Amino acid sequence: MSMVNWFKYASPASFYPLAGKLIPFFSAITAILLAVGLWISFFMAPTDFQQGEGYRIIFVHVPASWMSMFIYCVMAFWSALGFILNTRLSGMMTQALAPTGAMFAFLSLVTGSLWGKPMWGTWWVWDARLTSQLILFFLYLGFLALTSAIDDPRRRDKAGAILSLVGVVNIPIIYFSVIWWNTLHQGATVSMTKAPTMAHTMLMGMLIMALAFWGYTIAIVLKRVRCIILEREIASEWVKKNALE
Amino acid sequence: MGGYGLYVWGSFGICAVAMIIEPIVLNARNQKIRRQVKRQGGQW
Repeated sequence: MSMVNWFKYASPASFYPLAGKLIPFFSAITAILLAVGLWISFFMAPTDFQQGEGYRIIFVHVPASWMSMFIYCVMAFWSALGFILNTRLSGMMTQALAPTGAMFAFLSLVTGSLWGKPMWGTWWVWDARLTSQLILFFLYLGFLALTSAIDDPRRRDKAGAILSLVGVVNIPIIYFSVIWWNTLHQGATVSMTKAPTMAHTMLMGMLIMALAFWGYTIAIVLKRVRCIILEREIASEWVKKNALE
Repeated sequence: MGGYGLYVWGSFGICAVAMIIEPIVLNARNQKIRRQVKRQGGQW
């Protein structure tokens, strides 16, 4: 019986080469999923009977929005782990995730705006879903500003961890905003309890695009965490000896 | 795109631009830190 010793990979020195091996794998998966997802988005998915071709924005808007919320949850998870186990890697992972999360939150807002204009007649409304998503984007910016303002890595990790743990309360607010308040934004397209409210091909395309964004995020975050590990551990023996091999 | 071209291509376009720029910026960061490690290794 072979058991993976997870604690071994909590050390940056052993996580660094592992991350390096995983990047090509996730990049390849992302390329394949993106090709299939884009093919479905433009050539297979039928025209919507209400929104015409305009609904195709869903194939980037929903995956970007999901990723922006999911990445913040993962940041909170690493932060909690960092507090419990006191591992150095946790803070590095949290900081590797934040810029990509901010990017997806931004993309979610912009694509949503580009969708809102032709369908609702406005680029922006201050309703619950849109406003809570904007707050998520600000939380990411706050995290990035806060962590970049603190020089001492351990204090930086701690401050970032507190912010991501406090801010994660916003995630269920975004998710349930379409139920709790009257909003212009439509309800959940995919839910755990009900059958999806969209055509099968549309749903497939959206899910494959979401998986492609997942793969992209994993590859890019592993790449960034490798940079962060080198930047922080540049003075250590293992970096001098092994990191460039 | 049935009159929605600007919105649909704008959405896919901005995602494409962002997801191309991010790896490029990250590659530059990676090259920079690797150069530093190399220089430091030389001194050592």
